[in-house]
Amino acid sequence: MKGPKLCKVIEKRLLADGVYTLVLDAPNVAKKARPGQFIHIKVPKDKSRILRRPISISDADCEGGSVEIIFQLVGEGTRLLSAVKAGNYLDILGPLGNGFTVPRNVSRLFLVGGGCGVAPIKFAASKFDHVQRTCFIGFKRGDDIYELPKFQKNSDRLLIATEDGSIGHKGLVTEILEGELKRNLPDLILACGPVPMLKVIQQLAGQYGVSCQLSLEQRMGCGIGACMTCVCAVHGDEGDYTYKRVCRDGPVFLSWEVMLDEAENGC
Amino acid sequence: MRPKMAVEICGIDFKNPVIAASGTYGFGSEHAEYVDLSRIGGIAVKGLTLEPRKGNPPPRIAETPSGMLNSVGLQNPGIDYFIEHQLPRLTEYNTRIIVNINGNTVEEYCRIAEKLQEKPVDMLELNISCPNVRQGGMVFGTDPDTVYDVTRNVKAHAGQPVLVKLTPNVTDIKEIAMAAEEGGGDGISLINTVLGMAIDAKSRRPILANVVGGLSGPAIKPIALRMVWEVSQAVDIPVVGMGGIVTGEDAIEFLLAGATAVGVGTANLISPTACMDIINQIEDYMKENGVEDINELIGSLIV
Ligand SMILES: Cc1cc2nc3c(=O)[nH]c(=O)nc-3n(C[C@H](O)[C@H](O)[C@H](O)COP(=O)(O)O)c2cc1C
Repeated sequence: MKGPKLCKVIEKRLLADGVYTLVLDAPNVAKKARPGQFIHIKVPKDKSRILRRPISISDADCEGGSVEIIFQLVGEGTRLLSAVKAGNYLDILGPLGNGFTVPRNVSRLFLVGGGCGVAPIKFAASKFDHVQRTCFIGFKRGDDIYELPKFQKNSDRLLIATEDGSIGHKGLVTEILEGELKRNLPDLILACGPVPMLKVIQQLAGQYGVSCQLSLEQRMGCGIGACMTCVCAVHGDEGDYTYKRVCRDGPVFLSWEVMLDEAENGC
Repeated sequence: MRPKMAVEICGIDFKNPVIAASGTYGFGSEHAEYVDLSRIGGIAVKGLTLEPRKGNPPPRIAETPSGMLNSVGLQNPGIDYFIEHQLPRLTEYNTRIIVNINGNTVEEYCRIAEKLQEKPVDMLELNISCPNVRQGGMVFGTDPDTVYDVTRNVKAHAGQPVLVKLTPNVTDIKEIAMAAEEGGGDGISLINTVLGMAIDAKSRRPILANVVGGLSGPAIKPIALRMVWEVSQAVDIPVVGMGGIVTGEDAIEFLLAGATAVGVGTANLISPTACMDIINQIEDYMKENGVEDINELIGSLIV
């Protein structure tokens, strides 16, 4: 049966200031993983931090049996995670969540990632290689950019935005996305990143009539859909709303169904 | 020989004393992918109300030292949906089904109990201890007269034995437990979560959108043990003890303090196999310590 597994850390690298990547020996996860899914990791070394940390899968190697994650230091949990060494073991559960879905009739894909949200977009770019992919990635500073060669290899076109203007467009990734949407429309947009970015993409997708899937983050409990703690508001019948589980019904939601700026969402 | 792990609570036999605590196991279907539910003593389903409930806005969870806060606010599909869609699936497993019932008024609790009268449910758990709802919930569980009243009314409408689930957010837990017993409660389960709060110093905001929430996990185990100990001495009805149980040894401690069975909550969020792991660890403890029947342990604390 499924369950938590101890997985060996094969490699750890610092990608940018405060951003780490880990490669784990996890054949069962690698076999099943889809872009947009996550693994739920127990914080190593400190039993007092009882909740697992959900982290997006940024790559999976089916043959080699390894899985890669990228994460930013946000607190003590991720700091402890960044302190593991190759050869250590991590207690992981997954792959969890629904992941992105690229329907058969899609031939042109826009992939948009901002900050930490770039990780699952990287996996999507490499996995959905049967379609034409334009990747848009945004960072605060040029120094924050990571995995550029992989993006160059795995996209048909790559557009970069940095808020400090040191590389690519100076400004937000949503600005270069809008520029492209004005010229040509994709069949589908997949996006992951901070909520303000997702709000703009949601609005643009509506305005240009493009289907769009957004990957959300939320403080999470069990990760399997039982505890109802990691919810987000979605449109219900007759102008009403309901809460869906980010861990199980998501983390990927259809752009038109999620309510990102409602008071109901605690924003 | 395998040690005997069966216990009896309010005339119902459980194959072992481990019950998945309400709100941490949904309606069983998610955890069924990870464990054979037929091996768990019992399952207390997510708290149900007469009408569907949206629950509170997110964030609904915050990690705290050795514990966590939640402010789910009883999000559930309502009793009718449960009876039609979720209960049939649960009854396919050979485990005891405990339905956690909630209401804004005494009448609502009674109507839910009525709807369950003829249904394949083993027990009701009268939740008068939810800290995350404005009406009902904990409001009912903090005053002995109200506890007596709601228990007596629900008993009059119930077709199954009633466990009264108590909140630790009271001055004298014994007094509350005795009121539940006098009201006709068949058993007591405790503790529900301890009212708490978490603040993000950087943003100067509370972490939970609901501002306050219920604390659970290992952090509350000493409080839970003390209350189970006090209550099991104050009443003659069986006690289901919970609060911070993560290992088999934690569970044994509750049995020693006087609980006939235990609830496992937050541990299910840490690992979906927690209930099964705990059952195995209890069995190991019994073998290692030459305990042939788990009933020998109940209330056997040496003081
Ligand atoms: C996420 C979450 C949801 C809960 N929902 C309910 C509920 O619906 N009804 C209820 O009686 N108790 C509920 N509880 C309380 C637990 O059943 C249990 O009494 C409490 O968490 C203490 O046990 P623990 O430390 O093992 O979690 C909930 C607890 C958590 C963590």
